[in-house]
Amino acid sequence: MADIAVRAMAAPPSRLLAGVRRGGARLWVGAALTAILVLAALLAPILAPHNPLEQDLLSAQLPPMWMHGGDGAYILGTDSLGRCVLSRLIYSAQTAVIVALIAASLAALIGVSLGLFAGSFGGWVDQFISRLIDVWMAFPPVLLSIVLAAVIGAGLTSVIVAIVVVDWTRFARVVRAETMVQLTRDYAAAARAIGLNRSKVLRLEILPNLVPLLVTLLAVEMGIAILVEVILSFVGISVAGDTPTWGSMIAEGRQIVYQAPWIMALPIGCIIVSVIGLNLLGDGLRLALDPVQRS
Amino acid sequence: MRWGEIIRRLVLVPPTLFGVAVIVFVLLRVVPGDPISMMIPPGASQADIGRLRALYGLDQPILHQFVSWLGQVVQGNFGRSISVRQDVLDLLLTRLPATIELTLLATLIAVVIGVLAALVGILARGRRAEWAVDGGVGVLLAIPDFLWALILLLLFGVLVPLLPISGRIDPQVEIDFHSNFYLIESLLTGRLDVAAALLRHMILPALALALPFSAIIARLLKASLVEAEDQDYAQIARARGYSRPSILLNEVFPNALIPTVALGGVQVTLLLGGTVLVERIFSYEGIGNMAIDAVINRDFPLIQGLVLTFAVLFIVLNLAVDALVTLLDPRLRHG
Repeated sequence: MADIAVRAMAAPPSRLLAGVRRGGARLWVGAALTAILVLAALLAPILAPHNPLEQDLLSAQLPPMWMHGGDGAYILGTDSLGRCVLSRLIYSAQTAVIVALIAASLAALIGVSLGLFAGSFGGWVDQFISRLIDVWMAFPPVLLSIVLAAVIGAGLTSVIVAIVVVDWTRFARVVRAETMVQLTRDYAAAARAIGLNRSKVLRLEILPNLVPLLVTLLAVEMGIAILVEVILSFVGISVAGDTPTWGSMIAEGRQIVYQAPWIMALPIGCIIVSVIGLNLLGDGLRLALDPVQRS
Repeated sequence: MRWGEIIRRLVLVPPTLFGVAVIVFVLLRVVPGDPISMMIPPGASQADIGRLRALYGLDQPILHQFVSWLGQVVQGNFGRSISVRQDVLDLLLTRLPATIELTLLATLIAVVIGVLAALVGILARGRRAEWAVDGGVGVLLAIPDFLWALILLLLFGVLVPLLPISGRIDPQVEIDFHSNFYLIESLLTGRLDVAAALLRHMILPALALALPFSAIIARLLKASLVEAEDQDYAQIARARGYSRPSILLNEVFPNALIPTVALGGVQVTLLLGGTVLVERIFSYEGIGNMAIDAVINRDFPLIQGLVLTFAVLFIVLNLAVDALVTLLDPRLRHG
C-alpha cells in the first residue's frame, strides 16, 4: 500500500490580508480620507480652535493666515461675521457624517428589503415594486428632495427623510436584479433542495453574496447623501440656521465671493475630498470583499 | 409602426398631466405649513388670517379648490402667485425662455464635448491616449453639475475674472426685446453684441450643466462605437481598403449614434433637473431659480404651475428623443 503523505497543508493565506491586497491603493486612500472625515466629526470640540458660532466682528473676512493680512489666530480666516472658518468646516463635518450614516443606512435597509422581496417573489409583487421604482426614478432627484425637505420643514430629520425617500430606489433596483441572478445559481437551488424555506435561502445564502455589492452602493450613497445635504443647506432648507454646514457656508461665501473667495472655496474642497474618499473606499472594499472579480 | 407608438404616447399626455396635478395639489395641502403663515406679520388677528385664506380660496375643501383651479387652468389661467403677487402664467412665460435657452446651449456644448471625446477615444483605441480620455470622462462624470457650477464660478468668475457670474444679462444693456428668448432673438435680428453679452453670462452655467452630461454621451457613444467597429460590415470595409477614420465616420458612426441618442437623450431630463441649482448658483433668472423660492415660500399657485411646466417639458423631451431615434433608425422609420 502506497504511503499517503500525511502532512499539514500549508497555512491558508489570511483572508483579511488577501482582501487588503486586492483592495489596493483605492482602499487605503479611500479609508484614510473617510477616516479623516469621521475623526473631524467625532473630535470637533477638541480640534476646532474656536467656537464655530462665536462672532468677532472686528476681525471679519480675514483671509487664511498665509495670505496677506491673515491672522495667526484664524488659520483659515474668518467669514463676514468674524467666525472662524476652520472651526466651522470641522463642525460641518458632524452634520455631513450624521446625515451620511443614517440616511444611507435607512435607504439601504428599505431598498434592500424591497429589492429582495421583488427579486425573490416575482409575479405581481415584482411588477408592483418595479413600477414603483420606475415612477420614482422619473422625478429629478434634486428637485424631489428640495420639495420634500421644504414640505416637511427644516431640520436634520427632514433632510434624512428626504434623502431616504428619494434614494431607496438605487438599492432596490440593483438588489432586485442581483437577487434574480443569484437565485438561478446552483447553490441557491441546492439550498432549496435541502429544505430551506424562502426567507432562510435569502438570509443565509443570497444576502451574503450581495455584501460586496451593497458595501459599494452604501459608500457611494453616503457620498450622495453628503451632496444632497449640501444642496439643501445651500438652498437654505436644511438644519437650523445657526448649525454650521458646508452648504450654508457656500451660500454665505457666494454673497461675498469677490471679497473673500476662500469662504466658498474651502467647503467645496471639503465636499470634493469627502465624496472622492467615500467613492474610493467603496471601490476598494468591493475589490477586497469580492474574490471573484466581476467587471 | 413606431410613429403609431408616438401618437399613442401623445394621447397619454393629458391623463399624465392630470395625475401630476392631483398629486401636487393634494401633497401641498395635506402637509403642514401654508403660504398664509409665510406672509402675515406676527400678531395678525385670526379674522385677518381668515380673510386672507378666503381671498386665496384656501378655506374651501380640497376637492372644491382643485376643481375650481383645474377649471381655470384649462382656460389658461394659472392663478396669481402669492409671494410675488403676479400672474403665474406671466411669470412662467417670462422665466421659461431663459431656462430653455440655457438647456439648449448646455445640450449643444455637451454633445460637442461628448462626441469629440468619444471619437478621440476610439481613434486612440488601445493606446495611452484612450486611457487618458477615459480617465477624463470619469472625472467629468464623478462631479455633479452643481459642484461644477461652484468650481467654474470660482475659477473663471473670481480667480481669473473672465466671465460674469450673476444674472442673465448686464443691467446696463438696453432690453427692448419682443420675446423672452433673448439669445435666439438677438441672434436672429443680427444684434451680435447683445448675443455675445448674453452668451458671456450663459457660458459658465451651461458648461456646468454640460460637463457631466458630456461624459454620459462620451461613454455611451464610445461603447457603441467599439461594438459597431467590431461588426462584420466594418471589418469588410477595412478589408476592402478603406481607411480607418473614413470607416469610423461614414459606416460606424451613424450606427453607433442610434443607441447613444436613445439612451443619452433621456438624460436631457437630468440636465433640466440640474438647472434648478445651477440657475440658483449663478442667480440666473430661469424657472429653476424661481422654483426654489416658490417652494420656500409655499407659493401654492406658483408651485403648481411650475410642476406642471416641468412635467410638460419632461414629456416633450422624452417624445422628442423617441422621434429623433425613429428618424435616425431606418429600421424603425420603415418598420
